[in-house]
Amino acid sequence: QEKLAAKKKRRKEREALGDKAPPKAVPKTIENQRVYDETTVDPNDEEVAFDEATDEFAPYFNRQTVPKILITTSDRPRGRTVRFCEQLSSVIPNSHVYYRRGLALKRIIPQCIARDFTDLIVINEDRKIPNGLVLSHLPEGPTAHFRMSSVRLRKEIKRRGKEPTEHVPEVILNNFTTRLGHSIGRMFAALFPHDPQFIGRQVATFHNQRDYIFFRFHRYIFKSEKKVGIQELGPRFTLKLRSLQKGTFDSKFGEYEWIHKRREMDTSRRKFHL
Amino acid sequence: RTKTQNFCRNEYNLTGLCNRSSCPLANSQYATVREEKGRCYLYMKTIERAAFPRRLWERVLLSKNYEKALEEIDENLIYWPRFIRHKCKQRFTKITQYLIRIRKLTLKRQRKLVPLRRKIERREKRREEKALIAAQLDNAIEKELLERLKQDTYGDIYNFPIHAFDKALQQQDAESESESDAENEEEEEEEEDVDKREFVEAEDSDLSDFEDMDKLETSSEEEEEEEEEVEQKASRSKTKGKTPLKGPARRKRPYIEIEYEEETEPTTKTKAA
Repeated sequence: QEKLAAKKKRRKEREALGDKAPPKAVPKTIENQRVYDETTVDPNDEEVAFDEATDEFAPYFNRQTVPKILITTSDRPRGRTVRFCEQLSSVIPNSHVYYRRGLALKRIIPQCIARDFTDLIVINEDRKIPNGLVLSHLPEGPTAHFRMSSVRLRKEIKRRGKEPTEHVPEVILNNFTTRLGHSIGRMFAALFPHDPQFIGRQVATFHNQRDYIFFRFHRYIFKSEKKVGIQELGPRFTLKLRSLQKGTFDSKFGEYEWIHKRREMDTSRRKFHL
Repeated sequence: RTKTQNFCRNEYNLTGLCNRSSCPLANSQYATVREEKGRCYLYMKTIERAAFPRRLWERVLLSKNYEKALEEIDENLIYWPRFIRHKCKQRFTKITQYLIRIRKLTLKRQRKLVPLRRKIERREKRREEKALIAAQLDNAIEKELLERLKQDTYGDIYNFPIHAFDKALQQQDAESESESDAENEEEEEEEEDVDKREFVEAEDSDLSDFEDMDKLETSSEEEEEEEEEVEQKASRSKTKGKTPLKGPARRKRPYIEIEYEEETEPTTKTKAA
């Protein structure tokens, strides 16, 4: 009540002053108040640039390898997960879905490497809905384990367009600021072939906000030079990073680069890691 | 508790049920088979030791060999009632079977259940919602796409960039209008219209999927075309610093005019009007 009164008073003052009024105060958001993370990447940081040139994604970014992706699930996938896998494979070009009848991950990885796959995606499910995603870059690449939530299949999205075509989509990676975020962003970028086909006018977006990565898949169209219309097609989901491992998937002996430790990392509301 | 039987809670019970015949408390001569850490033992209780609770249950290690262990049970319970002997052997069989199963399963991949903490789950969910609202994904995506358009990552597919450059350069340079500029403007008008026409036509044929979008698009584009023409006629003093482009454009001009003569008829009509 008091706040309302104060607000009204302030607005009247502003109108009364007219042009001489002080500029509008910027509201405080969590993004504004974010605790400064020392690992934020500077665009001109040499060390980071050097690292990126020599890490595991270098062959991809130098266009030596073409991404080839294997999507699989945990044991006994339920209908929803299966459908989600199919849709995901239609979004990512050059991807194949294989079912897993009890094959151990450790054994599947050498097979994948032998068959020339560059990336492996495992969708873990629980109670008939997919809830986890393991993304590993195959030839000895980093493995990222995410918790997936809010999965919408294509038919559940309102006002959506038709199916994604076979054109290579563009990729938008938003807001991946820190070192960790940067490496994850590159992992995502490595899933898609490097040359998007603009005729397809499709764009896949990975937007990071407060440690949640939102994935959307749209078709865009330029109505004029200042206006673009987007139409959502394709599934959508959100990911939250749980852990990042150096080598390929190994739950016991792997070398963890980053784990989400709830006790230490969730203490402050304004501190984010991605 | 089933309909006819109760379960006995005593750990030394032979069958699991609470009967007069299978209660270790009710019978003073009793035997059970129990296993500890993978090894099976035969526990026996006799009347003589009823006064000494500490020494009440006598324990005998059974051999790992299935048949030998059965023989051992038999020799230990030699003069005992048939019921107890039979039930002991049955229980022992069951125990060995499940031990085998355990050993097999541990070799395969184990499914570890990690309990989900409700409070944390709720917190995460809430934070995610708020993050979603803060993200304003659609706006962000649109902005990014427009940025890319400005930075010319799309190359020459879209013909809007010329206008964008105009408006941007307008603020910077302040060149005066010249005849060549006017000519170029006219040229570019026609070119744009022509190309726009092409663009729209192509869209119609290729992307017939989007019925609604198509209609929207074509109608809006037609409107825009007319608007642009009007704009350009009205404000010839706009500067276009893109002289390098105009060289080849000028050269192309006669060819384009000839080829698309028919298409530009309507535009010429509007110009005349």
